Amino acid sequence: MAYKIIVSQCTACGACEFECPNAAISTKRGNYVINAALCTECEGHFPAAQCAAVCPVPDTCVKV
Amino acid sequence: MAQIITLESLLAPAADPASGCTASACGSQQGPAGMAADVWERVKDHPCYAEEAHHYFARMHVAVAPACNIQCNYCNRKYDCANESRPGVVSEKLTPDQAVRKIIAVANSVPQLSVLGVAGPGDAVYDWRHTAETFRRVQAAIPDLRLCISTNGLALPDHIDAIAAMGIDHVTITINFIDPEIGARIHPWIFHNHQRFTGIEAARILHERQMLGLEMLVARGILAKINSVMIPGVNDAHLVEVNRVVTQKGAFLHNIMPLISDPAHGTAFGLSGQRGPTPAELKTLQDSLAGGANLMRHCRQCRADAVGLLGEDRGQEFNLDQLPAETAYDPAPRATYRELVAETRGEHAAHREAARDDLAAVDAPAVLVAIATRGGGRINQHFGHAQEFQVYEVSPDGIRFIGHRRVEQYCQSGWGEDATLDGVLAALAGVACVLVAKIGDCPRNSLTGAGIEASQDHAYDWIESGIAAWYAQRYRSTVRLTA
Repeated sequence: MAYKIIVSQCTACGACEFECPNAAISTKRGNYVINAALCTECEGHFPAAQCAAVCPVPDTCVKV
Repeated sequence: MAQIITLESLLAPAADPASGCTASACGSQQGPAGMAADVWERVKDHPCYAEEAHHYFARMHVAVAPACNIQCNYCNRKYDCANESRPGVVSEKLTPDQAVRKIIAVANSVPQLSVLGVAGPGDAVYDWRHTAETFRRVQAAIPDLRLCISTNGLALPDHIDAIAAMGIDHVTITINFIDPEIGARIHPWIFHNHQRFTGIEAARILHERQMLGLEMLVARGILAKINSVMIPGVNDAHLVEVNRVVTQKGAFLHNIMPLISDPAHGTAFGLSGQRGPTPAELKTLQDSLAGGANLMRHCRQCRADAVGLLGEDRGQEFNLDQLPAETAYDPAPRATYRELVAETRGEHAAHREAARDDLAAVDAPAVLVAIATRGGGRINQHFGHAQEFQVYEVSPDGIRFIGHRRVEQYCQSGWGEDATLDGVLAALAGVACVLVAKIGDCPRNSLTGAGIEASQDHAYDWIESGIAAWYAQRYRSTVRLTA
């Protein structure tokens, strides 16, 4: 259970990294990636997954 | 093609003063009528906040804060093209570290630099960590650089004290609506308090935060500029209400910008075929708002990584791969330039006064005059080199800056392009005369054929002096003998 970023559509704005309560998002060679081992889909923190809620591009931060 | 502007070229050849008044005697560091001296002190070197300053001073934007908390229908942050010049567009996003290197390199070679802004893509206040880190490091390196930010206002109340503590004196909020029904047609969603809101609810929250942010700025004495995007059929008529509300809340300046809309930009408005306003529609709206907050009419809607005087963009000269790895700031060029501006500005203001007196004696209708200038407040550009003309309205009541008209550069190293000339003629529609430093016979004939006079008689004059002299000469027969 985790979210992932579709790199080809990502604008690399970094808003998701900023909002993630688990520090699961980081840059790898200029691309943002979600560490599935750390992702909790924000359960226990927020009602909705923060990365998907803040992402400016539709269908770019999605459930695996 | 970027034009390099040297200190000397802005001045030379110097015109003889028309009156016996010298800069020191007239002491003309005063701002426009109605502006308090302390406020003028804070805006006189900010090209966006003081119309008169944009002849002398340059700004640079650094794209260090790409994260945003709202979506606007006129924005597509995915888009980037080196040939596109419009807000939100940027060629490279920078880390604060890279930004500081770039800022120092620019300060060393663009002595006009006075303002550093963070203006997207993204929101400078929502992405506050990046903005703040950049500003902290720049302040340590170049303490006298003015810091400026642009925001949608949603996160502004959260960081207002940090903004004030950092000495940021100029904050722009983009406010496109007061009525949430209208706002919902411009901003489809916002991210606030860890939730995404859509529709009217989103617009209502955004509106409340914008008003709170504006009030907080004014309460702290920070100069607030309001940007509004004019969208025909959506908020054009409503901007009168926006102007009324922001004026009443103490906004310093209101900048109404035309929507830029093109399907190729991939924005929601571009794809839906929403059109932007015509220059005439924009001017009608601006004219109807006289008496409210001061209107900014010299906005060029620059790129989010623009560098240079308004109207020019030297950003491409300072891409990261062109920068030295280590740069030390050299304060000398900027200091020398400031001294020079302090001197010439006094002279400019004296000439502006004299021009006003000359005009009062003329009895003629108001007409538009276009100026080719490279900055410095003078008519100092060749017709064929102009990439924009500054348009002034002249009447016996005075000379008023109206706006700029962008054109494609006509002269391509020695030869002129006829198709380009047609575009220039179209851009100059409604203008009675073009004042330039020099113009060839061919374009002059074409202009005459289109009913536009062209004159190089006032080359290198101060803009206002040249306009007044042309106007008085043109309508000489109607000079009031009783005056």
